[in-house]
Amino acid sequence: MSQSKIPEILRRNEAALLDDWTREQRQVRDVSQRLSEEEIRSQSRRFLQLLQEAAVRGNTNDVDTEAYKDVRRFLEEVSASRAQLGFTPSETALFVFSFKQPLFAQIRGSVPDPAEQVNEIWTATVLLDKLGLYTTEMFQKSRESIIMRQQEEMLELSTPVVKLWDGVLALPIIGTLDSSRTQTIMENLLERIVETGSELAIIDITGVPTVDTLTAQHLLKTVTAARLMGAECIISGIRPQIAQTIVHLGVELGDIVTKASLADAFRVAMQRTGHVVVRKTAVSKA
Amino acid sequence: MEHIPILRMGEFLLITVQVDMHDRLALQLQDDLTAKIVQHGSRGVLIDISALEVVDSFIGRMLGNIASMSRILDAQTVVVGMRPAVAITLVELGMSLPGIRTALTVERGMEILRVDVAATRDEVQAADSEEMPDGSTQV
Amino acid sequence: MEVLKSDSLPVRSSEDVVIVRTSVRKLAAELRFGIVDQTKIVTAASEIARNTLDYGRGGELRIEALKNGLKSGLRLIFVDQGPGIRDLDQALRDGFTTGNGMGLGLGGTRRLMDEFNIASKVNEGTTVTITKWSR
Repeated sequence: MSQSKIPEILRRNEAALLDDWTREQRQVRDVSQRLSEEEIRSQSRRFLQLLQEAAVRGNTNDVDTEAYKDVRRFLEEVSASRAQLGFTPSETALFVFSFKQPLFAQIRGSVPDPAEQVNEIWTATVLLDKLGLYTTEMFQKSRESIIMRQQEEMLELSTPVVKLWDGVLALPIIGTLDSSRTQTIMENLLERIVETGSELAIIDITGVPTVDTLTAQHLLKTVTAARLMGAECIISGIRPQIAQTIVHLGVELGDIVTKASLADAFRVAMQRTGHVVVRKTAVSKA
Repeated sequence: MEHIPILRMGEFLLITVQVDMHDRLALQLQDDLTAKIVQHGSRGVLIDISALEVVDSFIGRMLGNIASMSRILDAQTVVVGMRPAVAITLVELGMSLPGIRTALTVERGMEILRVDVAATRDEVQAADSEEMPDGSTQV
Repeated sequence: MEVLKSDSLPVRSSEDVVIVRTSVRKLAAELRFGIVDQTKIVTAASEIARNTLDYGRGGELRIEALKNGLKSGLRLIFVDQGPGIRDLDQALRDGFTTGNGMGLGLGGTRRLMDEFNIASKVNEGTTVTITKWSR
């Protein structure tokens, strides 16, 4: 199999390629608005260098190989930085795709034979397509990890364990409960029970829109675990729909105390912990 | 041969499990404990497991055995200080430790035992004296 | 998936079971499992180790640290050449539902781990393989 002339073309015409490519990129308004010419040029130069080295070291069609590791890593960086600047995935991929025209132009100039020219252009386009798609993929990945991190932060904020009274904790849960979130909440509540020595915990699910079998089971496990440790749980804020769901799912609540409202649960908690709540009569004005 | 120390605190006995027990040690504990309950006429047993990172089915059954044996000897058992990770694991395992009272701390466990013992004492006294509510006695 | 580390421990005495617990705990912590998962893994190991000792007449444990992409895993393989389990279905069903004696702890142990596999032949022995992956 004859070697592609692309590595050679990249090496010989670096300056021209760089100029053409930079010009192509700067013609796109969104790019030139967000990145300075110097930034575009230096990113492009770096890519050209790495691409050259990879093409010489490896081949011109498989970008998953060790030879292309540095190219891939560089594209990941470009993706991440452009994502932060507000570029869309397509705009980011354009970084690579806009290199096609300049490269094709050079191939046309350096490869006289028409059949050979077609082959080289085909090789070039396949190579750059793969790299462009890789860029898009990396863009997606970095977005996903940002979203995941934000989700975690939101989750942490939305399930605090608060102390209502001496020995009484409350855990108001907001949002849907998935398996892993429920497990984390469960562990957190039990830790706080030990830390504060609270024998009563009110789990309020007013803010939970739906409950499925798995969630109900997790809640039950939490209550059972708390009981094993020496603390009792009251579940409050059960909406009519959720009550129906629990019955339909055939979930057995056993002897777990449930209350419609957090206020009712609090009243029970006060009784259970031996407190009496007394209202002082108003002081009349003389 | 090592033994797990059993402390006497008035009417109660306190066991603090601090080592990862191997089976023979656990069985030795049951022997020692029953002997001491009889020896001191103890009315309550407190088992502090706050240092235990793992409670498997064997230890679970041991705790159950201790509770049953103690009850036969007229002593109540309270297990205190179970760690959250242990509780969660026991629930997953399906072990419910039936017949075992639990409390978060040694202090709370003691309170529970005191209340329990006092309640039983009242019952026994009332039964013994056969005193009627109106003050008259009945034979 | 690759095996990063592998170690063998004897399971022939009740002191060995304590060592199994300590070693498994150590590896689970190294693999960055959370406290609850660590406890579940060690408890599962303890259950199976006891079975290997009490019913399998003693055997061996191979501990493996695994890696699958970004996830770490811990695999425990208990092997004995004991009498084997005649009725596997029954053994998996019996557990702590009644909280008494015979429970081989297999049903419960299965719930603690992510992967559970048991192979047993009467008079030849039993092999139990359990695995947990980091979340």
